[in-house]
Amino acid sequence: MGYKIDEYLRQDKLPHIWCPGCGHGTIMGNLIRGIDKAKIDPDKTVVVSGIGCSGRASGYMNFDTLHTTHGRAIAFATGIKLANPELNVIVITGDGDGTAIGGNHLIHGARRNIDLTVVLMNNHIYGMTSGQFSPMTPTGDNATTAPYGNIDQNFDLADLTKASGASFIARGTAYNTRQLIEIFAEGLLHTGFSFIEAISQCPVNYGRRNGLSSAVDMLKCQRDSSVNIRKWDSLSKEEKKGKFPTGVLYKEDKREYTEMYQEIIDSVQEEAK
Amino acid sequence: MKDKIKLLQGDEAVVEGAIAAGARFFAGYPITPASEIAEGLAEKLPIYGGKFIQMEDELASMACVIGASLSGLKSITATSGPGFSLKQENLGLGMMIEVPCVVVNVQRVGPSTGLPTSPSQGDVMQAKWGTHGDHPVIALAPSSVKETYELTVNAFNFAERFRTPVILLLDEIVGHMREKVVLPDEEDIEIWNRKKPEVGPENFNPYEETDGLVPPMPNYGEGYRYHTTGLFHDRTGFPRGTNEDAKNLMDRLMAKIEGNMDIISLYEEDIRDDDEIIVLAYGSTMRSAINAINQAREAGIKAGWIKLKTIWPFPVDYIKEVGRRAKALIIPELNRGQIIKEVRENVFGNAEVHGINKYDGTLIKPEEILNMIQEVK
Ligand code: SF4
Repeated sequence: MGYKIDEYLRQDKLPHIWCPGCGHGTIMGNLIRGIDKAKIDPDKTVVVSGIGCSGRASGYMNFDTLHTTHGRAIAFATGIKLANPELNVIVITGDGDGTAIGGNHLIHGARRNIDLTVVLMNNHIYGMTSGQFSPMTPTGDNATTAPYGNIDQNFDLADLTKASGASFIARGTAYNTRQLIEIFAEGLLHTGFSFIEAISQCPVNYGRRNGLSSAVDMLKCQRDSSVNIRKWDSLSKEEKKGKFPTGVLYKEDKREYTEMYQEIIDSVQEEAK
Repeated sequence: MKDKIKLLQGDEAVVEGAIAAGARFFAGYPITPASEIAEGLAEKLPIYGGKFIQMEDELASMACVIGASLSGLKSITATSGPGFSLKQENLGLGMMIEVPCVVVNVQRVGPSTGLPTSPSQGDVMQAKWGTHGDHPVIALAPSSVKETYELTVNAFNFAERFRTPVILLLDEIVGHMREKVVLPDEEDIEIWNRKKPEVGPENFNPYEETDGLVPPMPNYGEGYRYHTTGLFHDRTGFPRGTNEDAKNLMDRLMAKIEGNMDIISLYEEDIRDDDEIIVLAYGSTMRSAINAINQAREAGIKAGWIKLKTIWPFPVDYIKEVGRRAKALIIPELNRGQIIKEVRENVFGNAEVHGINKYDGTLIKPEEILNMIQEVK
């Protein structure tokens, strides 16, 4: 199937600033294909991003776009959506932006089940500031601020957002383009808080320090460690070691925040008549 | 004319003023002594089809209000000192990307948790310099419940007209005091709305000076598909990383405020031709100042007063001129001396400048000001 990706990109802003081999461009390209597939109205679509390598995506995408402060994209997006629920609001964030400095907004956006589509590009590192460890840097790996190995534990973001109340949770990789496009399209059409973790690769500031010197090695690693959720449950505990499930991990029909608020308006106005 | 006479707290007057000015969105976080504003708007906004949201923290509240304004709703948040500190980063973004909104700070004694239920004017400088970097600031400070209502409307009008966040600095006394207020009829309230672009999306540049220094602003979802960033940007809204763009943008951001002092700078005075001593105050302190001047005049002392309603931008030219005609200026403040520094700088030794400062959570009494007047006369 052919996607009309050109009209969703600001051609005059390309080439992008991401390093050669970076997964962010692939993920953004797949997001755009997902938007095309979901057939949402581009004039009614807003893309909000935070700070970091992921944050730059908003500038390349041809919608109403807002590049905000570090970690706060979901909070800005909440105001945009609640003020005009007609809008499709997409948040692009990273693992540092979305789970460290912005972690509070992630769990509370999920708790409200407000209709946002949050795309978290997880490259397991602070890329833009040159390789400090993030909450998603695997324990034991190296980073500029973990020269003796990282002793921090990671979040399982699917578990975290599920416990927080998100009604659509999915994971994909830059490697598996087809799957990621499907996930994006489905997440965009879901009403409620959709959380999509897109595993990215940062060869420059993460791979290089951790035995994966090229993007190809990192993509292979994504391929070898991801298991489709349909197969995941049939794996033994031993087989699951070092691997993670991908696909739509959780989906629930649940009351959405802006719809609930509209019910308040309707009933209060009815009473006031 | 029903329901127009009300007994209101200052915090409640913010609610009434905001609704009258057309505010249809509030995001906030509970904090003393500003929670009454959130409570009032939680109740009122849905009646007008508006939205209220209690956010997870102060940073999120500021972000949410900016987002809602970009979607097209007039938006407000309210807090006190500790929360005002937390809002500063996103407040700076609001100034940088020129998003109209109103930020209320009902001041309490700081720093830190300080004295949560006692009055202070300690955030005057935070209102000006709280966020990092140079930036334009409009801050208004009411001294009564009625003025709180009026300045809330002004705050929204300035925000919309000049496309910038506006800070409304109450203090705990004004916020919690009850007074009788006669609210104006709707048709008597002047309302400004943001200028919308006259060109279609093809010819639109979000930060272009089309007519004056304030660029028109479409709502999200209207098909303009424009980009906004906290990076220094050019008229297209995109960052180019040039020093020239940084200077041009900063100069325009400052000029759109400083070049409109005649509209933004609100103050009142009661100075007779031969008055030699002038008490300059703002906020709740003003009430004691006027009382003290009345007593001084009864005692035959040549004294008058100035009430600043707009604190920032500071009325530099006006104060220079006052400094030339007065013998002495007295500046009572509920802090260790913040506005007094602006006054001193602009009076440059022409008149004596004396401060009366309290920062223990108590008010400045009329007698304390009267004593100072008698001392310097
Ligand atoms: S630093 Fe890493 S994440 Fe950032 S653009 Fe380069 S490769 Fe991508």
